[in-house]
Amino acid sequence: MRLTLNGAPADVHAPAGKRLLDVLREECGLTGTKEGCGEGECGACTVLMNGELVVSCLVPFAQAEDATITTIEGLGKDHRLQHHFMNEAGAQCGICTPGMVMVASQLPANATLDEIKVALAGNLCRCTGYEAIYRAIQRAQQEAAS
Amino acid sequence: MNSATSGLTIARPRTLDEALTMLRDDTLVPIAGATDLYVGLNFGTLAAQRFMDITRLDGLRGITALGDGVRLGAATTYTEMMKSPLVQERLPMLVQAASQVGGVQIQNRGTVGGNIANGSPAGDSLPVLAATDAVLVIRSAGGERRVAFNEFYTGYRASVLKPDELIVAVEIAHVEGAQWFRKVGTRAAQAISKLVMAGVRAPHPRIALGSVAATTVRLTKTEAALAAGASIDEAANVLESEITPIDDIRSTADYRRRVAANLLRRFWADT
Repeated sequence: MRLTLNGAPADVHAPAGKRLLDVLREECGLTGTKEGCGEGECGACTVLMNGELVVSCLVPFAQAEDATITTIEGLGKDHRLQHHFMNEAGAQCGICTPGMVMVASQLPANATLDEIKVALAGNLCRCTGYEAIYRAIQRAQQEAAS
Repeated sequence: MNSATSGLTIARPRTLDEALTMLRDDTLVPIAGATDLYVGLNFGTLAAQRFMDITRLDGLRGITALGDGVRLGAATTYTEMMKSPLVQERLPMLVQAASQVGGVQIQNRGTVGGNIANGSPAGDSLPVLAATDAVLVIRSAGGERRVAFNEFYTGYRASVLKPDELIVAVEIAHVEGAQWFRKVGTRAAQAISKLVMAGVRAPHPRIALGSVAATTVRLTKTEAALAAGASIDEAANVLESEITPIDDIRSTADYRRRVAANLLRRFWADT
């Protein structure tokens, strides 16, 4: 099945009903996308599908046909958010981090703290308590604006 | 690794006619955002193995004016409803309901038709459809029929929808009066409703509640009492006689009874 994966055309063979999450990790070897809850609550497996944030544990692979998918790997190895999450200790166990970063990467540049919180409502972190995550996102926004 | 969903078949029709023919000739479960179905599949609580993806179908998406009302394609997502200027202007309580469904990832995928077909009594958009007397446009290979949303369910997760039929649109006529919506969950975001209420304040008010009975319910007796000039205390008593909440993992019947009455008072005070 053809799709665009992290900016490049890809031809991936996997069962139609397999979760996009599993196809990304197993068939595509992109293990940056994590499984948290497997029921669409925690946001750890968030990826971009045709420009929209989705939880890949609830996407049948069939629906990825001809779609454009971007995973955490697609943001590159030197992303502003990545550095600020590290600097602010916005990660502890790290399972939620790729999903948090995917959501943060789609925020408007001038997002307020309230808007950041609403955007991250679908992403659960059980370690850090969110403050460091919000700080990392705000720092990245400040850096982008300067 | 083979997950629970690897063995499923998913038909992918390209047109509505093709989809309706498939539903006539075969037993398939329509799937759109999969935000409910895939939870059930992941946890092995859903036995169905054969699905039909309806996200590519022409005509199932989109929001259009219907006179002074609104027509929603069944595969319209919560995000599309929230962003629609037409829905914002004419159905602000639907925007409120949509914005409280899960997080953005679920809002981007979940659909109004899916919320209806899934039939959970806790469905967040359903009290809005009940309070506005929405009409469902239902199609099969044999033709089209319209069913009042308030006559759609026959019991817990049971409806008049036949296996060969597909919900294609939701029609909501112009709503006269102030609209009000409130969801009560365990936390502000990302919670399944303990209770959910939608109300329209008019000479004859229209009020619907979710999570207090086997289906979303219209509080017709409470409405009639208020329309006849009953005090809000009297109306709250009528409401308590009109609902049948249960104890479950999310809440207790007693809590739901008390909060339902409080929501009614709040609706009346706010509008």
